[in-house]
Amino acid sequence: MLSAEGLRHAYGRVVALDGVSLTLGPGQTLAIFGPNGAGKTTLLKVLAGLIRPQQGWARVAGGRRAIGWIGHQSHLYGHLSVLENLLFWAALYGVTSAQRGVRATAILERLGLSDRAGQPVWSLSRGLAQRAAIAKALVHDPHVLLLDEPFTGLDLAAAAQLRTLLGELRSAERVLVLATHNVDEGVELATDVAFQRQGRFVQLTPRGARGAAEIAEAYRQAMTDA
Amino acid sequence: MRELLGQAWVVARKDLVLEFRTRTALLSAVVFTALVLTVFNFGRDPTAVATIDLAPSILWVTFTFAAMLALNRAFQLELENGALEGLLVSPLSRHSLFLGKLLANLGFVGVVEAVGLPLFVLFFNVSVGPVLLPLIGVIALATVGFVSVGTLFSAMVVRTRFAELMLPVLLLPFLLLPLTYAVQATARLLAGRPLSEVSGWLKLLAAYDLVFVAVATLLFPHTVDE
Repeated sequence: MLSAEGLRHAYGRVVALDGVSLTLGPGQTLAIFGPNGAGKTTLLKVLAGLIRPQQGWARVAGGRRAIGWIGHQSHLYGHLSVLENLLFWAALYGVTSAQRGVRATAILERLGLSDRAGQPVWSLSRGLAQRAAIAKALVHDPHVLLLDEPFTGLDLAAAAQLRTLLGELRSAERVLVLATHNVDEGVELATDVAFQRQGRFVQLTPRGARGAAEIAEAYRQAMTDA
Repeated sequence: MRELLGQAWVVARKDLVLEFRTRTALLSAVVFTALVLTVFNFGRDPTAVATIDLAPSILWVTFTFAAMLALNRAFQLELENGALEGLLVSPLSRHSLFLGKLLANLGFVGVVEAVGLPLFVLFFNVSVGPVLLPLIGVIALATVGFVSVGTLFSAMVVRTRFAELMLPVLLLPFLLLPLTYAVQATARLLAGRPLSEVSGWLKLLAAYDLVFVAVATLLFPHTVDE
């Protein structure tokens, strides 16, 4: 469903990706942990098709239409309402006109944004805008969801809501790739865990039965050893 | 082809909704047009050069610089909340994105010209009634040409520093040909010359449009991809 082989990409002399390979199937969630500048965002951009890697390849079954992307920014137009934004993005992702309204309304309700549907995005708080961005990423029912620091800006309740939603998506056989520098975030969602440093996966293993504390310890150890 | 045009229309409609909702650039361009025509009206010596000789150049200089305001904003609005990144991740083809932006810019510049032409008639006391249709044809053909090139350059400079300064510097040399053709055709129309004298300029404008719409559409993906 999602595979990449030998990815390498550099910005001038700064190597952002150095031989990264991965393969994920339905229901798998990969949590990528790494410090700032480790190349996590570049990896997600390559997987999303936003950056063409200098070496290697990345493939997503279903192409761009199958990808949902939550980046550092919301990708929402401030002077359109939340609903208008969702309808616009749904149209770009090929959702039929009959389905757009249904999908948008359903995802807004799921994320607790129904009462904000008609509100222009510029008037939303950061947390609400982040929730709207998540709604935008899910409105076309993607099979692969790429999430770059998705919990940023969310309050505790919204973060818990997002975790529940992502858990449901994993159960629905979606592929999730979640990049974060915070080991506490998203560990319980992951089926696989990768530690990234200086563009390389220093570890890529199934999470197994490990909890957040064990993952955090393994991460600390991996970063020290690397 | 249907999907290409359908997606282009989705982008164009969104841009026009945003513009007519905020009216920032549109209002600026209309006011700019009125001010330039006013300045030219009072800043010339009517006894030195006949109005009819000067009017075509003034009309096209005004339209060109007013169009710059539209072209500058075309991709600026995609920088808000990183929307351009969202567009590039989506299945929207780069060609659809270009055509959508082109359509929106044509709509925008068309409105500015629709306001500017009556003001031009008013200030310069030229009679356009008998040649209104061919004059609209000249304006339409010239506008398609320079807006297509301008849309391409607008995408090229949007992520650079001083984008608003870079655009005219890059664009104006490419506008010399269509402006020359448009001024020549307009001068003949306003002088009451037969249409046969104008047809050659119209053909040149049409040829410019064909070449530069095609070239700009083909080159556009290289200006937005990382």
